[in-house]
Amino acid sequence: MELCDLTALELTRLLRQKKTSAVEILTSTLQHIGQVDGRSGALDATVTDEDKEKVHSFITLTDEMALKQASAVDADLAAGKDPGPLAGVPFTVKDIFCVKDTPSTAASRILANFKSPYTATAVERMQAAGAVMVGKVNLDEFTYGSSTESSAFQPSTRNPWDTAHVPGGSSGGSAASVGAGEVPLSLGTDTAGSIRQPAAFCGVVGVKPTYGRVSRYGLIAFASSLDCPGPVARTVSDAAAMLQVIAGADPHDSTAATTAVPDYLSKLEGGVKGMRIGLSPDYFRITFPDPKTGELQEQALPKEIEASVRHAADVLAAMGAEIVEEVPMPNTRYGIPVYFVISRVEAASNLHRYDGVKYGLRTKQPYTDLRQMYKLTRNEGFGLQPKLRILMGMYVSAAQYSEQYYQRALKVRTLIRRDFETVFDPAGSYRLDALLTPTTPTTAFEMDAVYGDTVLMQYADQLTVPANHAGVPGLSLPGGLDEKELPIGIQLLGADYCEQKLFQIGRAYEQATENEAWRRIKPRVLR
Amino acid sequence: MSEQITPEIFDHLVDLAALELDAGQAEYLRKQLNNQLKAIRELEAIPLGENIPISLHGVPYAAAESAALREDEWHLYPDAKDILAQAPQLENDTIVVPDIPHTTLK
Repeated sequence: MELCDLTALELTRLLRQKKTSAVEILTSTLQHIGQVDGRSGALDATVTDEDKEKVHSFITLTDEMALKQASAVDADLAAGKDPGPLAGVPFTVKDIFCVKDTPSTAASRILANFKSPYTATAVERMQAAGAVMVGKVNLDEFTYGSSTESSAFQPSTRNPWDTAHVPGGSSGGSAASVGAGEVPLSLGTDTAGSIRQPAAFCGVVGVKPTYGRVSRYGLIAFASSLDCPGPVARTVSDAAAMLQVIAGADPHDSTAATTAVPDYLSKLEGGVKGMRIGLSPDYFRITFPDPKTGELQEQALPKEIEASVRHAADVLAAMGAEIVEEVPMPNTRYGIPVYFVISRVEAASNLHRYDGVKYGLRTKQPYTDLRQMYKLTRNEGFGLQPKLRILMGMYVSAAQYSEQYYQRALKVRTLIRRDFETVFDPAGSYRLDALLTPTTPTTAFEMDAVYGDTVLMQYADQLTVPANHAGVPGLSLPGGLDEKELPIGIQLLGADYCEQKLFQIGRAYEQATENEAWRRIKPRVLR
Repeated sequence: MSEQITPEIFDHLVDLAALELDAGQAEYLRKQLNNQLKAIRELEAIPLGENIPISLHGVPYAAAESAALREDEWHLYPDAKDILAQAPQLENDTIVVPDIPHTTLK
C-alpha cells in the first residue's frame, strides 16, 4: 500500500509517529497524480482520445507551494511544535475559492488571469491545521452545472470509475481527485447539491454543512443564500476531521454562525442505538422533463438506488436505530422550480461585478465607451451558463414579474423549510434524528449525454436541493454500485447544526458494511 | 403554449445584462429560458395562504447565532499593490475606466 492510499487520519497519525514525513507523503501524492490525472484543464484546449482515459481533476497544480508547506510541517515536527490536526495531509481546493498568489479562475475565461490577493477562510484554516494544498481543481463555470462539463478549462474532469462518465458537479474536480486516490481530502461548495451529487457519482463522502457553519469569505459567490463550503473525503471520519477544522465563526463573514462547533470526532463511534431515522416516499419519486415536450413527469427511482437506501435502513435498524417509514416531505418536488428562480436572481446580482474594470478579463477589441467595453468583455469572458443565469435572474426579478416568480419562490422556500422543521421537531410526531434518502436520481451519466439541456441537468439535483433551500446539513456516502459498477450515493439529512449525528450514523453504516463485496471494487483508473 | 420570452423581450434582457450575443447563442439561450420557465410554472399551482412569509434564508438568523456587526472603522489594506495588479488598465496607481457614455435627456 502506498502512502497516497491512506486516509487523512491515518496519514497524520503516521506522521506524528515519525514513520513518514510530510514531504514523503507529498511526493507519493504527486507521483500518483502524474499517473492518473493527465493534463490540467486549459482555455481553448481540444480534447483528444488520450484525454478521455484520464481524470483531469486539476486546473492548477501548486506543487512548489505544496513542497514549501510540507517542508514547514516537517520542520515544525522536528522542532517539537504541534503542526496541527491535519498535519501533512494533502488536499485539493475547488477553484472557486480565492487562494493568495494562485490563479483563482472559477473555471471561467473572465477570471482566467485573476490572481487572488487574499486567501479564503476555509483554505486558510486547512493550511493552519497543517494540511498541504496540492492544487486547484476543476468545476462547472462559476459552479453552474452538475457535470463539470461547462468549465472553460478543458479537458473537463472525468469520473474515475469510468472515464466515459461525468464526475458530477459542480465540485467534480474535488470528488474525482478524492475518488481517484489523488488526495484524501478536498474543499468543495454545495449550492444545490454540488458537493453531495459528485461525491455520490465518484464513490466518496461529501458534506454540505448547515448554512453558516463554514465561512464563505473568499468564496467566489454563486447564490449567496444557498452557498455552503464543505468537505469531500474518502471516509466519514476524515470528513468529520476536516469539518472540525474549517467550521466556526469568522469576523470576515457576518453570515458565519457563532454557534459553538462540537467535537465531531469524540462521538463518532457512538453508534445509532435509539436514533430515529426516517424514510420518505417523496424521496423515492423523481421528476424529469419529457425529452420531447418538456412537460414534467413523475417516475419511480431506479430500483438499484432504492434498494441501496432500503438496505442501508436495514443495516441501521439491525444496529438499533428505529426506522420511521412514510415520513411526509410534500414540498420536495418544488425544490428545482424554486431553485430556478432564487439561484438565478442571486447569480445575476453576483455576476454584475465582472465588468472588465477592476480585475479579470478586459476585451482586446476596440471600443468607444464603457458600455461597449462591458458588452464585449462579458460576451468574450462568460460561457453560456453564466449568460443564461444572468438573463433568467433579470427576467424573474423584474418589477412586473417579481410577484409571480421571485416572491412566490421565496414563499415556497418557506414550505420546504417547514417540511424539515416538522420532521426534526423534538416535540413533534416524527422526532427524527436524520432522514435517509438517495443522494441522486441516477448514477453518473455519460459525458455529453445531458450537457446542453439545462432543465434535465438541473433535475440531477432534485434530491439534494431541498436541504440548500432549508439550510439544513446533508451527508452523502457510498452505498453500493449499480450494474455498470458505478457508485450509488445515499444521503443523510439532519436538523440545523446536527452534523455530528450525521457523522455518527454514517460512520456506523461504514463499519457495518465494511466487508460487503462492493467495497472491495476499486475505481477503474486504480485497477 | 406560446413562448413566454419572445425575441423582443429577449433582446431587451440581453441589452440590460450588458451582453452581446451571436445568433447561435441567442437562439440556444432563448430556448433554454423558455424551457426553464415551463418548469418554474409548476410553482403557480401551489396554494399559498396569505400568511406564508418569504424565506430569504433557510436557517433563521437568531441573534444568539449571529456575529455582532463590526465597528465601522476603516483599516489600511496591507497589500494594495496586489489589488491594483489585477486591474486591466492602470495609470499612476489609479484604475482607468473607459469613457462613460452620456445621453442628453429631452
